Amino acid sequence: MGRWMALEGTEAVAYAMKQVAPDVVAAYPITPQTGIVQTFAQFVADGEVHTEFLQVESEHSALSACVGAAAAGARAMTATSSQGLALMWEILYIAAAMRLPIVMPVVNRALSAPINIHCDHSDSMGARDSGWIQIYSENAQEAYDNTIQAVRIAEHPQVRLPVMVMMDGFITSHAVERVWIEDEDVVRAFVGTYQPACTLLNLERPLTFGALDFYDYYFEHKRHQVEAMRRAKEAILEVAEDFARRFGRRYGLLETYRLEDAEVAVVVLSSTAGTARVAVDNLRRLGWRVGLLKPRVYRPFPDLEIVQALRHVRAIGVMDRAIAFGAMENGGPLWLDLLAAAHRHGLHVPIADYVFGLGGRDITPSEIEGIFTDLMQIAERGKVTRPVTYVGVRGEAPLPMPAEWSLWIPEATIAGD
Amino acid sequence: MVGTPLNLKVLSEKQPPLSGGHRLCAGCAEAIIVKQVLLAIDDPVVVINGTGCLEVSTTIFPYTAWRVPWIHVAFENTAAVASGVEAAYRALIRRGGFPTDRRVVFVAFAGDGGTYDIGLQALSGALERGHKFLYVCLDNEGYMNTGIQRSSATPRGAWTTTTPVGAAMPGKPQWRKDLTGIIAAHRIPYVAQAAPSHWKDLMSKVRKAVAVDGPAFLNVLADCNRGWRHDPALTLEVTRMAVETCYWPLFEVENGEWRLNHRPRRKLPIIEYLKLQGRFAHLLRPEYQDLVEEIQKEVDRRWEELLHRCGEPAGT
Repeated sequence: MGRWMALEGTEAVAYAMKQVAPDVVAAYPITPQTGIVQTFAQFVADGEVHTEFLQVESEHSALSACVGAAAAGARAMTATSSQGLALMWEILYIAAAMRLPIVMPVVNRALSAPINIHCDHSDSMGARDSGWIQIYSENAQEAYDNTIQAVRIAEHPQVRLPVMVMMDGFITSHAVERVWIEDEDVVRAFVGTYQPACTLLNLERPLTFGALDFYDYYFEHKRHQVEAMRRAKEAILEVAEDFARRFGRRYGLLETYRLEDAEVAVVVLSSTAGTARVAVDNLRRLGWRVGLLKPRVYRPFPDLEIVQALRHVRAIGVMDRAIAFGAMENGGPLWLDLLAAAHRHGLHVPIADYVFGLGGRDITPSEIEGIFTDLMQIAERGKVTRPVTYVGVRGEAPLPMPAEWSLWIPEATIAGD
Repeated sequence: MVGTPLNLKVLSEKQPPLSGGHRLCAGCAEAIIVKQVLLAIDDPVVVINGTGCLEVSTTIFPYTAWRVPWIHVAFENTAAVASGVEAAYRALIRRGGFPTDRRVVFVAFAGDGGTYDIGLQALSGALERGHKFLYVCLDNEGYMNTGIQRSSATPRGAWTTTTPVGAAMPGKPQWRKDLTGIIAAHRIPYVAQAAPSHWKDLMSKVRKAVAVDGPAFLNVLADCNRGWRHDPALTLEVTRMAVETCYWPLFEVENGEWRLNHRPRRKLPIIEYLKLQGRFAHLLRPEYQDLVEEIQKEVDRRWEELLHRCGEPAGT
């Protein structure tokens, strides 16, 4: 029947890994991911899971070993953060292009320099075009649920692509939350046994993996990857449907909060969606029609679904926890994608970007209320005057604050629970 | 040691796992070595190949020269990929996904660039973790696939495109790295140095290597006539001269015990090896005589050190 447990985000993911029981796990410690590998190591040491656990000498080797293992027909997982993900870069593309269903929890952390161990999304955002499916988790429960679903999504016969499951460093990874942990046998039944399409260990049918591919075939193989990514959307929903049927928790490509009648909306990934919910509730109590959209899946990008959900609003604020340096207005990747999606699907409303929280800088409900206030003004004006705002940064023009600021009362967060 | 007898008549009847029709250069030692290695192994083999000449020349899609399962992932991670493949094999056996009575041998091939330089970390890690696989370094003493650049395996004085010979530089200024010694320091069950000119020695070493319970490493001198600048017909002669001048001694380290496998009847001067190759042509000029002497001294020093380690009597 499962049980409630008090777990850190990393522990919740380690539980998911134990219950999935991958054939091979190859990993390397890095803050704030370390909790995953060390909790998993204890499960292995206690004989609670029978996995070939390789304590490799780098993240590059971690993912390389996973590629070898997955090609050999094993279910393989690793986990990383920040610099570790950066070191894996070369192999990220190879894992995706070899169509190997590796699952990798990524605990989001800022990239050096300056060195910083706290949360932002620079690491996984840099990997957004690597061919991996990317799922972002708001809290420990989602990280646990998404890790389990990721196995099915990655191995889906119509997909066969690696999946990253993100959670926010420290905010989610190190905070203890109440997490519902399912029974192991039902999780095992949900993920089933990995059925590879072809394997290196098939001695009767020797295959060549990772051949040299020139101008005469390379492009077609890349085109196949596109097709797999396109089909992933449906597979993600199919897996979510089965997950909901078995476990009762429902997931989609995105999640909305009080968006139906909203005039303005904020779009944000991961744990900040929880903070934004508080801001929405606070302002709703003041009579403001504000709402929230949290993409769960970022790759493949649910462009049409997001636009459809936002079609009725008068202004959109995207909150980016990363900067796409040198891109339009030096905005964030989520904003750029949303602008493109709006253009593509004929959504003509002002869309502003709010870059926040780099290097783990805290974002408060009041700051998000400031974003909503700014969005209300943008909706009135009908246009964006400041395309990108760097929230709470010294030397930046501050965001406006709601006039009824003093009315902010924290009880609402409890009432809404 | 049981298995197919290592005689040419019997071996010639076996189908080589690397077929003809690949696009390695005429006279390339790599194809010779790969066939020697794989023909020495009677069990089913899975090959893990690092980026390099062997990889690019044998698997141009949609063709492959490999009759055995083969995987290439990248340049610097051959040993890490092998770790994953080997771990998967053990995991699958444990969960009933692979027959327990089917012994599979994992052989990794990578060049000196992928082993001495960019892949050293991954190799060291895999050896320390004790994966059961044979790693064969095809040491052609440079980045030949990219067009003859120096590596840490390139010998002192050799011309390469990144250590050209000019008024200010006589080819590569540094001595080569002693990789076999570094690998031996990992205290793995089996480490050896071999050369395709001494095929029986090489194949016997492969037999020993795949019989041990743990990692094994074979460093094989892989003559590259394009990079070493000589007639493609001379591959094995040049290689033999490397052995006879004690530039490339044949030895093995079995469970920590050093053993010399070949002692030339008469140790030839290093110039006999250098003069066969265009990459050392400049060393024949009078102004480089001192450098040749230095090279000779270093060869002698390393040879004496090896003799000492192997418990052999000193002397030339």
